[in-house]
Amino acid sequence: MANDALHDLTPGYALDALDESERAEYEAHLATCEQCRDELARMQDTVGALAYAVHSPAPPPELRSRIVGQARAERGNVVPLRPRRRLTYALGAVAAAAAVVALAVGLWASSLSSDLDEQRSVVSILADPQARQVPMQGGEGRIVVTDSGDAALVTAVPDAPTGKTYEVWVFEGDTPKPAGTFDGDKAHDVVRLTRPVPAGAKVAVTVEAAGGVEAPTSPPVMSAAT
Amino acid sequence: MTALVVASPLVGRELAHLSDEALIALVARRDEAALAALYDRFGRVAYGLALRVLRDKSLAEDAVQEAFMAVWRTADRFVAGRAKASSWILTFVHRRAVDLVRREERRRAEPLDDAPEVDVAPGTDEEAWLRLRRERVQSALSKLPDQQREALELAYFGGFTQSELAERLGQPIGTIKSRMFSGLARLREILDETETEPWPTTHSTT
Repeated sequence: MANDALHDLTPGYALDALDESERAEYEAHLATCEQCRDELARMQDTVGALAYAVHSPAPPPELRSRIVGQARAERGNVVPLRPRRRLTYALGAVAAAAAVVALAVGLWASSLSSDLDEQRSVVSILADPQARQVPMQGGEGRIVVTDSGDAALVTAVPDAPTGKTYEVWVFEGDTPKPAGTFDGDKAHDVVRLTRPVPAGAKVAVTVEAAGGVEAPTSPPVMSAAT
Repeated sequence: MTALVVASPLVGRELAHLSDEALIALVARRDEAALAALYDRFGRVAYGLALRVLRDKSLAEDAVQEAFMAVWRTADRFVAGRAKASSWILTFVHRRAVDLVRREERRRAEPLDDAPEVDVAPGTDEEAWLRLRRERVQSALSKLPDQQREALELAYFGGFTQSELAERLGQPIGTIKSRMFSGLARLREILDETETEPWPTTHSTT
């Protein structure tokens, strides 16, 4: 099949309207075609909106506990005790696993602009299974630190006052060093620290003049010993 | 949304503040409370979608469960900023539902069910929000040319392949592809035009 014909499969793929062989062919193409990945990502969000066009009755409450229970069982490396009600379900598992991998690789693991690198680096910190998480004292938030010292602060604080900003500090011994600022204007802020956090170092957040300062001028609104 | 909070003992206040993307990052760290929080945000629309495609409660539950387990297993491969986290999750749900419906030969061709809801007054914030959003997407769909809307609905909710659609509608496959492409592009334009404020990704818990 020519490349143009494969490009034409993008809407069908986004709508899950391809048969198995077309799907496989398109996914193979997707791995090498940046243009199709971009177009598909845009279409996925439109298709996602379609899901909201139908009535959404509440699912049975036990579905939630089944899902959490299965997740817990898999995390514990235990064979899940999932109620088996239908043969088709089991038959579909292999196909589903293959589709999952294809989706993950084809749709999401593609190159990003530098603008998104920041987000990705934050996500990679949050997603690092080895990273330590320490709750902040004095305010709502936690600091996530990887083994290499890369750190992100996840926090929910009120907006910084006009002309002010929140500033993050990483202590070297007794000396706080500036590690980034944020405005607290989102429901939550996820802040990539601009300075590594050595094991055991103290991290604090203060309110400072907009733009940030070189040394803290006010008591911390929250802090943690990592 | 008090009822959901009561039903969600695993979800601490802290998680309610996190973005969908941050929750997925926590799921990648094997945080089952984060998975539960994602389910609380999207489980209902996921179930509604699966039910519409499958027309069978038990199969719909299977599709939703399998989709959330896919999220659980592959969250580390999610790339924030590509498409929305909600789209990512719903993609798994729809794929599972379509695969099941094709296997079960349960596909139906009826247009969107426009029957009024039984519970006229939404009982929760979530229901009110879902209804608002449903009306908006339905309104956008109604503005599409009939042939484009038909192609999108039969493909997405009916689970038909584009080849099956070509046969069913007596049109060349190229025409079907073109209707799906134009329909999605136009739908996107209409939704963008009517977007007066960002769609919330989380529901208030207060």
